[in-house]
Amino acid sequence: MNDLIRSTAAELAAQIHAGEVSAVEVTQAHLDRIAQVDTAVHAFLHVDTEGALAAARKVDADRVAGQQPASALAGVPLALKDVLTTEGVPTTCGSKMLEGWIPPYDATVTRRLREAGVVILGKTNMDEFAMGSSTENSAYGPTHNPWDLDRIPGGSGGGSSAALAAFESPLSIGTDTGGSIRQPGSVTGTVGVKPTYGTVSRYGLVAFSSSLDQAGPCARTVLDAALLHEVIGGHDPLDSTSIDRPLPPVVAAARQGADGDLSGVRIGVVREFAGEGYQAGVLASFTAAVDQLRALGAEIVEVSCPSFTYALSAYYLIAPSEASSNLARFDAMRYGLRVGGDDPSLSAEDVMSLTREAGFGAEVKRRIMIGTYALSSGYYDAYYGSAQKVRTLITRDFDAAFEQVDVLVSPTTPTTAFKIGERVDDPMAMYLSDLCTIPSNLAGNASLSVPSGLAEEDGLPVGLQIMAPAMEDHRMYRVAAAYEVARDAAQGGPLIHRVPEVSV
Amino acid sequence: MDYAEVVERFDPVLGLEVHVELSTNTKMFCGCPTTFGAEPNTQVCPTCLGLPGALPAVNGKAVESAIRIGLALNCEIAAWCRFARKNYFYPDQPKNFQTSQYDEPIAFNGYLDVVLEDGEVFRVDIERAHMEEDTGKSLHVGGATGRIHGADYSLLDYNRAGVPLIEIVTKPLEGAGERAPEVAKAYVSALRDLLRALDVSDVRMDQGSLRCDANVSLKPKGQAEFGTRTETKNVNSLRSVERAVRFEMCRQGAVLAEGGRIVQETRHFDESSGSTSAGRTKETAEDYRYFPEPDLAPVAPSTEWVEELRATLPELPWERLKRIQGDWQLTDAELRDLVNAGAVDLIAATVDAGSSPAEARRWWVAYLTQQANTRGIELVELSITPVQVARVIELVNGGSLTNTMAKDVVDGVLAGEGSPDEVVEGRGLKVVSDDSALEAAVDEALAAQPDVAEKIRSGKVQAAGAIVGAVMKATKGQADAKKVRDLVIARCGG
Ligand SMILES: [Zn+2]
Repeated sequence: MNDLIRSTAAELAAQIHAGEVSAVEVTQAHLDRIAQVDTAVHAFLHVDTEGALAAARKVDADRVAGQQPASALAGVPLALKDVLTTEGVPTTCGSKMLEGWIPPYDATVTRRLREAGVVILGKTNMDEFAMGSSTENSAYGPTHNPWDLDRIPGGSGGGSSAALAAFESPLSIGTDTGGSIRQPGSVTGTVGVKPTYGTVSRYGLVAFSSSLDQAGPCARTVLDAALLHEVIGGHDPLDSTSIDRPLPPVVAAARQGADGDLSGVRIGVVREFAGEGYQAGVLASFTAAVDQLRALGAEIVEVSCPSFTYALSAYYLIAPSEASSNLARFDAMRYGLRVGGDDPSLSAEDVMSLTREAGFGAEVKRRIMIGTYALSSGYYDAYYGSAQKVRTLITRDFDAAFEQVDVLVSPTTPTTAFKIGERVDDPMAMYLSDLCTIPSNLAGNASLSVPSGLAEEDGLPVGLQIMAPAMEDHRMYRVAAAYEVARDAAQGGPLIHRVPEVSV
Repeated sequence: MDYAEVVERFDPVLGLEVHVELSTNTKMFCGCPTTFGAEPNTQVCPTCLGLPGALPAVNGKAVESAIRIGLALNCEIAAWCRFARKNYFYPDQPKNFQTSQYDEPIAFNGYLDVVLEDGEVFRVDIERAHMEEDTGKSLHVGGATGRIHGADYSLLDYNRAGVPLIEIVTKPLEGAGERAPEVAKAYVSALRDLLRALDVSDVRMDQGSLRCDANVSLKPKGQAEFGTRTETKNVNSLRSVERAVRFEMCRQGAVLAEGGRIVQETRHFDESSGSTSAGRTKETAEDYRYFPEPDLAPVAPSTEWVEELRATLPELPWERLKRIQGDWQLTDAELRDLVNAGAVDLIAATVDAGSSPAEARRWWVAYLTQQANTRGIELVELSITPVQVARVIELVNGGSLTNTMAKDVVDGVLAGEGSPDEVVEGRGLKVVSDDSALEAAVDEALAAQPDVAEKIRSGKVQAAGAIVGAVMKATKGQADAKKVRDLVIARCGG
């Protein structure tokens, strides 16, 4: 493994901007790595070799011409989740429904990456329309966890997390509706951040659940995630739910945290996220992480958030309800798959039905049906209406907790990576993967997952979730960066360097 | 059933839903232009095509128009309201949901006072006015009816998809009795005038920028509960509104009289036959699964903004009529006649161009109305402008034209001979004001009728009329009659 692919994004940027290595060399090294390992990992659905090299050449040319780098990450490669539109580059959302669809426009996140000189290597695998926790629901086959190729890399953004852990890319973009950035981060030993809802534009993010979806940065270090966060974040008039305020100072917070001093910081441990259903090694790793935070000077208190117990149920009404409406547009009339369109005996309605029958996978259909039912007249108040009330209660629990503490912590997900195929026939077991991450989607506040070590019983990565109030994202970056330094010191080097070499 | 019998046995209940396309430059949720009649699918973007990932952003101008319409309809304006998704699958609906408003309309609880032809005022209560987006257009090719059933294939044009619409819904209108069809027509007409005055829409029923759906039901006289209603669509002119309501009343009356049951359904109005036919049955009410639109922030107009908009409301049509009635000193009946003749705007414009209301009114209701009737066209369709009429009046007042010559000039303008001044020039119409020429004509006439001349000399000045007539005839009407009369009396030593 050469040094270029093991470097952090910050290191690569420094070398590229100093002229020590060209962006093209860095890009080529990653393209080579993808060619070498992705048949085994399957993190990518599409590799845009030409586009990536062209973007890298532009960065090099600008530097030679004496121009300042377009951003702190100019020239650094990135893997983009296939749920964000890319002009001229296929976008499938992991679905047969959009096989071959080439968007005519860039998502705002895509545009900001391009403008920042970030090199987009390609599009990463995901659960179909971001519905799932294992990437097994991709219509194009599962992604494999680089820590153990028989295991899932998390989901829905398993391609984005696996690409980081397999050193195919130093940066990636995920989207998090119920944990799809944080849970994959947790099970692959990488950093995943769900920013405050409304701080990263959703324009061009193919919607699963509009009121919950949030794109965010994924990386191998906290600082890299912060640098990427600042590139993609900020107000966007094309997204009406975008917050028109300056982005929280996340990079400054990550640098401050690296000093390793958390004195004066109050950290709340969520009482409800422990006990039955949690793997022993996960709880042990979490307890050790909390001890480490205390050792860094933080004040630790236990906090109760009783409504979090109902978060999963509320989520599985709100998200499918919105999804049932958002996914109605896939009807064969304008783009994407079309079944029966050439048969003159079929009506438009027939073609819609046949296409949706053939184009959507089982999990997507399940959620469309749940959502359609929950919104039906006569059931709306009992289901969608009640779920919205629970959402309000969860927000109040967060508000009350943040009266007492600066950030909250919990395990990111109750278990380490499970085996591929293990939960495919048990949706409820699958849904439990997002137990701890969902409250922050419902409340819209910021939350991240940072690796906390390996579980003793299986040697697989465990994630520490740190939650901050809305628009206070910098708080969790500071705590995560401080923890990262202490963890590496205690465990003898970066956790990610203990990932086994991918056998191909 | 005979209409007289229907209204004798039943009370009609109406509900009118009017869709108004706003004339904003851009669509409701994207920046695409809204020009009518552009090449298909040229005014589209990711948002109004419903492409994956695209998001809506509210057109502030459309919200402003919605509030102004609400205020003009005496509605309350919501301090906070949301858009909602109305979910249903149809190919002309790019997202397979329409972004609309459901239980939180921007404007609600208003009324519009409608003046019927005989001057009676009927108050139409407004339930709500809400914002939504228009659909695309389907063109069904092949088949007999032009409707989707039986068509060989369909073409879709999304230029109209996302154009801002305001839907204005009345409360159930009761008590109109036999005048229900007239009330329906008068309401849509008054609403159209109002929207035009607000300058928020083209209000062209023929182009679909104003569309009316008429809900009609009958209940036996004295019964409190409403009967089953039908909703008639495709009512594309004021006259059709009246005809459709009347037809439905008769049709339903006949069904009910035979002990039948009205089916709750959507019906289609056919302009040529004047009848309605059954469309989609609504027995199993479609479930639109409304829920608040998560892609849009709530609309929360501040009180200050609403009051600012209230201050920008133009003089509303009925306020203007009240003012005109006072300014022009008209009786109720006179005003009504002008309104019914479609003359108010023409007279007002003529007055604006410098004529007195009385003169302007005389021209438009007398000679010009007669000309329009002869041609079988509306007054407004005559090829003469209020400014031209004002010029003719000015020429008469200045003594350049006699009334007879003025009619000649108007005829010339109507015949396409140019402006009044060009017609005067072209037809050689000049008042004969040369005194010596006139004196010669007077002398000639007196000489031709010596007995009349003698009478005048003996003091019977009323006999001068015969001489004046002869002079006018001799000068082909180009002399000023009063001047001729004065001359005759002077020549006879008066
Ligand atoms: Zn558009």
